[in-house]
Amino acid sequence: MNQIRNFCIIAHIDHGKSTLADRLLEFTHTIDEREMQDQLLDNMDLERERGITIKSHAIQMNYTHQVEGKPDEEYILNLIDTPGHVDFSYEVSRAIAACEGALLVVDAAQGVEAQTISNLYLALEHELEIIPVLNKIDLPGAMVEEVSDQIIDLIGCKREDIILASAKEGIGIAEILKAIVDRISAPEGDPEAPLQAMIFDSVYNSFRGVEVYFRVFNGKINKGDKVKFVNTGKTYEADEIGVLKLKQDPRGAIGAGNVGYLISGIKVAREVKVGDTITKVDRPGKAISGFENVKPMVFAGIYPVDTTEFEELRNSMEKLQLNDASLVWEPETSAALGFGFRCGFLGMLHMEIVQERLEREFDMTVITTVPSVRFHAILTNGEVKQVSAPSDMPEPTYLSHVEEPYILAQIITKSDYIGGIIELCMDKRGMIKNQVFLTHDRVELTFELPLAEIVFDFFDKLKTISRGYASLDYHPIGYRQSNMVKLDIMLNGEKVDALSAIVHRDKAYEWGKRLCEKLKELIPRQMFEIAVQAAIGAKVIARETVKAMRKNVLAKCYGGDITRKRKLLEKQKKGKKRMRQVGNVEIPQEAFMAVLKLD
Amino acid sequence: MAGIYLHIPFCKQACHYCDFHFSTNQQQKTTMVRAMVQEISIQKNYLGDDPVSTIYLGGGTPSLLTGDELQTLLSAVHENFEVTALPEITLEANPDDLTAAKLKLFKACGINRLSIGIQSFHNPHLHFLNRAHNADEARQCVKIAQEEGFDNISIDLIYAIPAEDHRLWQQDLQTAMQLHPQHISSYCLTIEEKTVFGQWLKKGRFREAEEDFAAEQFEILLHTLQAHGYEQYEISNFSLPGYHSRHNSNYWKKEKYLGIGPSAHSYDQVSRQYNVAHNVRYLKALAENRLAYEKEWLQPQDQINEYILTGLRTKWGCDLMKIKTELQYDLYAHNAPYIEDLIARGLATLQDQHLILTPQGKLLADRIASDLFAVS
Repeated sequence: MNQIRNFCIIAHIDHGKSTLADRLLEFTHTIDEREMQDQLLDNMDLERERGITIKSHAIQMNYTHQVEGKPDEEYILNLIDTPGHVDFSYEVSRAIAACEGALLVVDAAQGVEAQTISNLYLALEHELEIIPVLNKIDLPGAMVEEVSDQIIDLIGCKREDIILASAKEGIGIAEILKAIVDRISAPEGDPEAPLQAMIFDSVYNSFRGVEVYFRVFNGKINKGDKVKFVNTGKTYEADEIGVLKLKQDPRGAIGAGNVGYLISGIKVAREVKVGDTITKVDRPGKAISGFENVKPMVFAGIYPVDTTEFEELRNSMEKLQLNDASLVWEPETSAALGFGFRCGFLGMLHMEIVQERLEREFDMTVITTVPSVRFHAILTNGEVKQVSAPSDMPEPTYLSHVEEPYILAQIITKSDYIGGIIELCMDKRGMIKNQVFLTHDRVELTFELPLAEIVFDFFDKLKTISRGYASLDYHPIGYRQSNMVKLDIMLNGEKVDALSAIVHRDKAYEWGKRLCEKLKELIPRQMFEIAVQAAIGAKVIARETVKAMRKNVLAKCYGGDITRKRKLLEKQKKGKKRMRQVGNVEIPQEAFMAVLKLD
Repeated sequence: MAGIYLHIPFCKQACHYCDFHFSTNQQQKTTMVRAMVQEISIQKNYLGDDPVSTIYLGGGTPSLLTGDELQTLLSAVHENFEVTALPEITLEANPDDLTAAKLKLFKACGINRLSIGIQSFHNPHLHFLNRAHNADEARQCVKIAQEEGFDNISIDLIYAIPAEDHRLWQQDLQTAMQLHPQHISSYCLTIEEKTVFGQWLKKGRFREAEEDFAAEQFEILLHTLQAHGYEQYEISNFSLPGYHSRHNSNYWKKEKYLGIGPSAHSYDQVSRQYNVAHNVRYLKALAENRLAYEKEWLQPQDQINEYILTGLRTKWGCDLMKIKTELQYDLYAHNAPYIEDLIARGLATLQDQHLILTPQGKLLADRIASDLFAVS
């Protein structure tokens, strides 16, 4: 156990976490250059394109620690990767709980960001040893002194504790590895105690079922053991266990302090809950604290553009759920869109990822309806109804009042942008709670905000106002009473339930007006005029008109034009498949997301 | 009845809107005529037993041909094909080429129909389009041609030119009416990618006319020509009674045609083929006594869609019985609610099993065609 070090990397998006991980793997010869693909740990296409790690993974390195005058020592280093987005903060907390130390990677040109700080606090809560790494020191814009000051302020380390590095250029890598061994403590645990291993991640493999990644705290897990997942209560046989090299490396046993994987033919990702404890059936240990059932924060309907593809969509969703345990859904019916699913997501990024994966991996063309948070509708009889779709909102006569979820948001920004950010948060019905200067020109702002205001364009706006500098982290702080109304959209007098939204009354008029304008822009002219109206109950509050198409014909069609023209029109016809017919109006897929692009 | 199209791929200068194949280098004109004669002979069996009833010289600018060159080409057609009595022989001409002397030569060669690329009678517009002629030449050439005995003249007019207004367009049409051509082809300015205008559009130096503006111009065109006795027999084609372009009408009636020259298209009812749109490559192939072309076999669905596409543009419409018997496709049954909706909105009529678009419907012909397309 003394020769093991478990660590993770805490970094903001783009601060170089993936590149640093690659360098560590190279340096320890865990992979050679031929196997090297940039940003190796992000192995989903989508992740690589977005440059962020969506799902965390782990990898084990063998490292020879050389100290002058002492014999070389062999160490096992387990790097546990963490997701880098606020949607996945629970998963981050579990990955952190599996480590004794963390590399705090800060971009020397950017400075400390909110996400970094909140993850750092998590790490400090778990008493992790923090190794500060100042990355990208080779960049012309690197502010080594200034950012070092920020780090010192933040964690109270000494200046000489900060490792100056450039993962891209390979600077500082040897030092980092040395520090991991020297500074991070070896795992502690009782190899003879009952098995307690914490699940920090899982990955679905279509051939072998779910691969469970765990960290053993006490005891030992052997191949063939009958194991039990404490929180789900399910039991399995450990068909295969091993450590995670570049490929899986099967072993007979994994002991206390080490990190490994388990394969036991689990077919459904939902059975494996991050944070759950693996123990043995015949000699059970207690659950490791900190387990939570992940709760979805954002809800939206997902419908096939082509109504006949409902069953196909269901199959795709089921497959997708196999390796996305956070995705929840149930069938839903919309008057406008027919059969589809009401889905719960961890956040907006998660929602976008699900939509993109459906399109890319399953070739489904889907419509996503207006995202919503989960409201509490308090009925006149005192009953509380969960409302996560506008259509679930009870009739006003039965409704006492509505409560909506609030969050505490931490925003870190350059002080230049304080004014703009406060204005934005006020506009989003926020309340400022705190303002702390981290350094002379970096400030941490704390707001209470309705979650519903965050799910739309808040993050984009925040980035725009702060020219990309501000970073955001948040966590829920419960429900509060709010004056929410259901806003309906009608096309030629027909209510399109998929475009309805629950909005604050003060904002309903503005919202309705802008949504009508946006829809006018997005709905192409058709062979008749289309009235676009917004209404609260029976009261129309905004109206726009999409004029009838007047001309759609190309001038020439002689012998040489016919084939080309036929192909062009066939293509147009295909393009129309991405539209959804509601009543007699054809609505393009993107119009259902119009609310997200109201500016 | 089949047609032969001869593509003369040379122009004095490039019009800013035109994406037809042509070269402004005329040095190879004589070689080209020789090669086209060779192609005519190679393709002499393409039309099977169908006699040729129409010959059409298009371009490019066929009026750049000398009398000898024209005679050579037409003789080759007569030598290799069975040509009916009284064929329609059309030549596309630019106003600046139409001297009395040249027109005499054309007539002597057998040209009996002229299609003159007038486009506009307004000098700033002609300049903007980069035409080689001016407004005076545009007016004069029609009169000269009439004096030389041409009694089947078509003129081309372009509308929805940026910066045009309805008054200028009405003036153009009035001028055209005073010249009494038998036929008018009038096109909405369309911006093609590989043209000067296309480049301008990309760079933001150019804006296409608004949909509503273009529609209004089209309506002005329709009303003016109707008032003067012209019939719209196709979206862009108008004629006095009995003066339809027989050659062009064949394109829309699924008749066979053979295209000769670079970029020319041919159709034999089961396939379409198109010659390479490159003078040098065309000549090189013929120098080796072969043809450089691409060929596409038409699937049943392609044939259905082509018929819908072209049929709807004409006054004869889509013959539902013809599609049913010849292409085994019941267009009405596949689209009954849609077609009834078109009729209810006044965009189409059903007459004797022909689906015919009304003038308002014709303005939406592409959209309606694509809605009606058969899809696999």
